[in-house]
Amino acid sequence: MSAMTQSDISIDRIAPQAKSRPVRQVRGLSDRTIAWLFVMPTIALLLAINIFPLIWMIRLSFTSLNLSMAYLPLRFVGLDNYADILSDDDIWNRLQITARFVLASVSIEVVLGFGLALMINRQFRGHSFWTTVILLPMMLSPAVVGNFWTLLAQPQIGPFNYVVSFFTGIAPNSFTLIGDVALAPWTIVMVDAWMWTPYVMLICLAGLRSIPDYIYEAAEVDRASPWRQFWSITVPMVMPFLMLAVLFRAIETFKMFDMVNLLTSGGPGSTTELVSISLKRAAFEKWRTGYSSALAIILFVTVFGAANIYVKALNRVKQR
Amino acid sequence: MTSASTTAHSIVEASPRSKALAGVIVILYAVVTIAPLLWIAATAFKSPSDAIAYPPKVLFQPTLEGYVNLFTIRTRQTPDFIASLPPAQTWYDRLVRSHDMVIAGPSKVVPRFINSIVIGFGSTFLAVVLGTLGAYAFSRFRIPLADDLLFFILSTRMMPPVAVAIPIYLMFRELNLNDTHLGMILLYTAVNVSLAVWLLKGFIDEIPREYEEAALVDGYTRLQALRKVVLPQAVTGIAATAIFCLIFSWNEYAFAVLLTSGTAQTMPPFIPFIIGEGGQDWPAVAAATTLFVVPIVLFTVLLRKHLLRGITFGAVRK
Repeated sequence: MSAMTQSDISIDRIAPQAKSRPVRQVRGLSDRTIAWLFVMPTIALLLAINIFPLIWMIRLSFTSLNLSMAYLPLRFVGLDNYADILSDDDIWNRLQITARFVLASVSIEVVLGFGLALMINRQFRGHSFWTTVILLPMMLSPAVVGNFWTLLAQPQIGPFNYVVSFFTGIAPNSFTLIGDVALAPWTIVMVDAWMWTPYVMLICLAGLRSIPDYIYEAAEVDRASPWRQFWSITVPMVMPFLMLAVLFRAIETFKMFDMVNLLTSGGPGSTTELVSISLKRAAFEKWRTGYSSALAIILFVTVFGAANIYVKALNRVKQR
Repeated sequence: MTSASTTAHSIVEASPRSKALAGVIVILYAVVTIAPLLWIAATAFKSPSDAIAYPPKVLFQPTLEGYVNLFTIRTRQTPDFIASLPPAQTWYDRLVRSHDMVIAGPSKVVPRFINSIVIGFGSTFLAVVLGTLGAYAFSRFRIPLADDLLFFILSTRMMPPVAVAIPIYLMFRELNLNDTHLGMILLYTAVNVSLAVWLLKGFIDEIPREYEEAALVDGYTRLQALRKVVLPQAVTGIAATAIFCLIFSWNEYAFAVLLTSGTAQTMPPFIPFIIGEGGQDWPAVAAATTLFVVPIVLFTVLLRKHLLRGITFGAVRK
């Protein structure tokens, strides 16, 4: 990498600069050295904490290592772990549960977040105060949120069932959120939406504010109906921002661990066992390091692909 | 709605009626969304029996028992034993004894809070220093493969923490870094540095190059120009970045629960395991949650203007 850095800089940057501003080369460290010195610590840290362990994990994913039996000699099993995972119905079930969770959470967040952004964008009095209030949940620790929702959603002592009962007349102790096979998946969706709707809202709001007034004025001159203006101007202009929010939320909910681990810890049964929770169980409860390394690599590749698309979306929004 | 308003108002400005409607909807949502937090803050002032009352109590006699229970370990004693003790010296002694209990010592909450603070500030400081240098380099110099490097830096942050924790656990075990402050600080620095580089690059990009170039012509070296021209202008950005890093470290749970168990445990894995007699001690848990969340609320208010940047890695600037 060092050779590339030097050659590239000397061609692209130093040579033309040196002609116009010779002073830069004379005093102090050269730009090339500084760029190198400034970027290296970050790259070195990430190599040590992320890349080196990742490579180690790739190696382990081809072994049958089990940390609870670490005294056994390391045995290489080729692609067995990967084959086991991909042919395991349980894993596919967990992936399905995760996919449903992502789909439901992100859809609700988009609808609520976009709607709220439209409302806030009307700039009623006090809108900035209320916006700050709405933003609070997304700043909290997901673990702490998951923990206190277990109290709120508790059927007897928690207030949630009573609020539902007040508005619908259903007896408060006739249903339970966290312990119920049908409702538990919706509970984690609800808490996720409670936390992250403001995220989508904030980004949509930025999209709405990026639309110049003159476009609406022109539409008004052309006598476009408000409905038409919404679908032909607002929606397409906000779309790049919305995509940004959707991609990021999809990645984050796909790898969700903390909130759900504390709220339902995967139960009842395995109805809310997201793939990260399965991974944690395989790695840190059953200590199947080889197997869980392979599963982790599969998740890595998925997130890496999604992150790639996300960064492209980021750059597109940046250019606006 | 709009037809009536077009004459009196500018076309893009919403009519008073639609504004009022929007206001009502947003305020309603805000009240609903904040209610759970208020409930928890209130639960911290309930007595343990009020906290698990059936049906739940909206009105109750406030008490500081939750906070006292959070900070102490208590043992249940017979009334005779308590009567034989010298008189209670403090209000919290009296409060505990009125429930036939005696304070046996401080709980672990203070060391856990200190861990959160040490690890939070340590990792934030390192991430901001590394991030500022990296961001300056990416902003001002042509670095080969800059886009790929920036993507690599960001992608490390997006990886699932449980998956990252598996090899980190093994590596830390070899290096004796499991459950140590240093290990957690290094790990959180690595996660935060990616955000710091991206955010600060955005902030530094906005500082006109002309200032530095003028300083260079005046005979400053690059490093002097960075220290005396760029850094003072980037102070707001650096502060905002630091707060974002601090919030991440403060809130992080997955690494903390998988890689720490005692010495270096932070608040998030600790709070759910505040146990009283017969299960979770809800007033104490709520008290811990309140104390834990208050700094975040203050930071959110401080960060209002920069939140959008923070959550989009600097891409959206409003």
